[in-house]
Amino acid sequence: MKQHYNFAFIDEGAKREIRRKILKAVAIPGYQVPFGSRELPIARGWGTGGIQITLSIIGPDDTLKVIDQGCDGSVNAVNIKKFVSAVTFVSTTTDTKEATVIQTRHRIPEEKMTEEQILILQVPYPEALRTVEPSEMETRRMHGEADYSRMWLYLYEDIVKFKEISIGARYPVMVNGRYIMDPSPIPRWDIPKLHMAETLYLFGAGREKRIYAIPPYTKVEPLEFEDFKFRVEDFKGMTCRRCGSADTFLDEIIDDATGRRMYFCSDTGHCDKVLETGGQTL
Amino acid sequence: MGYVAVKGGTEAIENAAQFLTYETIKGASAPLKVEQIEEQLYLLVERVMGEGSLYAPELAALAIKQSAGDTFEASFMLRAYRTTKPRIGYSLPQSTKGMRVIRRISAAFKDIPGGQILGPTSDYTLRLLDFELMDDTDEKRKKLMKELFDGIDSIAPIPDSLPKVIEILRKDGLLVETVKSQKPQENSQNGIFDITRQSLAFPASRSAAMQTMARAETGGLLLLAYSNMRGYGDIHPTIGELRVGFLPVRIKHPHTGEPYTVGEVKVTEAEVIAKFAGKDGIAKFTLGYGLCFGHNETKAISMAVLDRAMQTEEPKMVSENQEFVLSHIDGIESMGFCNHYKLPHYITFQSDLDRLRKAQEKSEVESQKSGVKK
Repeated sequence: MKQHYNFAFIDEGAKREIRRKILKAVAIPGYQVPFGSRELPIARGWGTGGIQITLSIIGPDDTLKVIDQGCDGSVNAVNIKKFVSAVTFVSTTTDTKEATVIQTRHRIPEEKMTEEQILILQVPYPEALRTVEPSEMETRRMHGEADYSRMWLYLYEDIVKFKEISIGARYPVMVNGRYIMDPSPIPRWDIPKLHMAETLYLFGAGREKRIYAIPPYTKVEPLEFEDFKFRVEDFKGMTCRRCGSADTFLDEIIDDATGRRMYFCSDTGHCDKVLETGGQTL
Repeated sequence: MGYVAVKGGTEAIENAAQFLTYETIKGASAPLKVEQIEEQLYLLVERVMGEGSLYAPELAALAIKQSAGDTFEASFMLRAYRTTKPRIGYSLPQSTKGMRVIRRISAAFKDIPGGQILGPTSDYTLRLLDFELMDDTDEKRKKLMKELFDGIDSIAPIPDSLPKVIEILRKDGLLVETVKSQKPQENSQNGIFDITRQSLAFPASRSAAMQTMARAETGGLLLLAYSNMRGYGDIHPTIGELRVGFLPVRIKHPHTGEPYTVGEVKVTEAEVIAKFAGKDGIAKFTLGYGLCFGHNETKAISMAVLDRAMQTEEPKMVSENQEFVLSHIDGIESMGFCNHYKLPHYITFQSDLDRLRKAQEKSEVESQKSGVKK
């Protein structure tokens, strides 16, 4: 028994609803728009929010790139790319410049993206305030009233305890001076790329049923104090062992044989390009 | 060198999928027919239809076969299939009075109008392994069927409609009539929230809560209900009535507008009664209601207990907290999220490492400083 699915799997009515919710998200930067999240043949928590956005906006002429941890060849990225191309037949690429739609988990590509591109980020916890408040009813009220004192207090207490803001990835940001937003578990390294960017960023949380957005040229500021500034990860003195880049986010690898630490670019597409062109890309 | 993340993912996941297939087909036994699962593992099929929220016995049986019997996976496949189907309409409300009952009991009254009907149940069987089943054959089944039906002249039919036990309490004014007022919902269909089309907002309307529980994972629902029954809560339920049977699915005929029956679904319905002290000081009974696809009494009772628990005016326990209950009972969501931790988290971990090293550095500097001072 052969089964044929609709273009991009999801039924047209649902896609239209998701697109409307995206428009609302774009209109209110950083605000989490609830949507009727559908189940996909990929498990909840494995990128279903991002996939639903991708499937709802992708057209036959698009070129898709999917990365996980910055890597095109990572199992989950491969799986998602396989699914989307099986139900849409769009062409795929590993080149950031060539892609019109990029879906990602935990990274923003190193190469600067343009107005012609859309970056879709997979989100496990859409609620930045969840750290300080477990109830959704309460966090929605807090956002409504811009009542963010507990979040600031949390950062302050963090400094008291650790003499540093100890948040690694998922660093909370203020969008357009109004909403505190969870940027998804991207490293702090990628946070500055959100600010006044040319590209539209769409965030999808399938399990938690939320869509939010950072439209192009929006102010995005990490939460920080005057005397405790936001800082990106420190890779001073380290370079990618493969392409030699000294200006990229690096994965720390422990060598099997020697036990020595080595570093490689997390963005593998970019790493490949630097290798090919001898470092003339950025 | 151990740097594997760059390439090789595609081939690895394809091989893993083939390995999985191999595990189910490597044995010497005959291939399991979907029809066999549908008929002989019907409780499993019905549970999967409930949790997958799609009433499709054949597809549920297929999902069970494909997932090698994993209920989470099978329900998940049904749900995913559901996504490809447009919503073409809503069925009409259906009173369960008209249920074609196969089982119907009450723990509240010894004798109930219409009588107690035990129907198919394992409640009073001894859970001894039946070694006879190790060697199940067509002949044995034929013989058993003969024994069951030979010599029976006529069977008194079950009436088309049986009165509801709780109606007795209602008539006597012993039941609290109003539940929490329904909050009007946007885009609602006749005041009914559709959780497959809208995301839950809290406080959720009762219809949204009911739908969420009806497709909840049985074990998850049971856990929360049990916590309340056991002591983390105060519902001491009495099963007013438990019914298993078939309900017609009726829609408005697209041309005539008249009600039109398009099929029937097997459901389990539980109505539990619990004591409640009203604000006026008069003690009354309140009702907790549960209904789910298929024959799944554990689920229907758990649902009814939680429905009642969530009506508690000042929630203290987790089972009384509507947001807590409704946010954590979906099997497809919880299973997916639990398993997603197997995905690589190199980046977030690297980022955490950076923070940890920095924090340690700082505290070392601090302790050296304070050491010098001393």
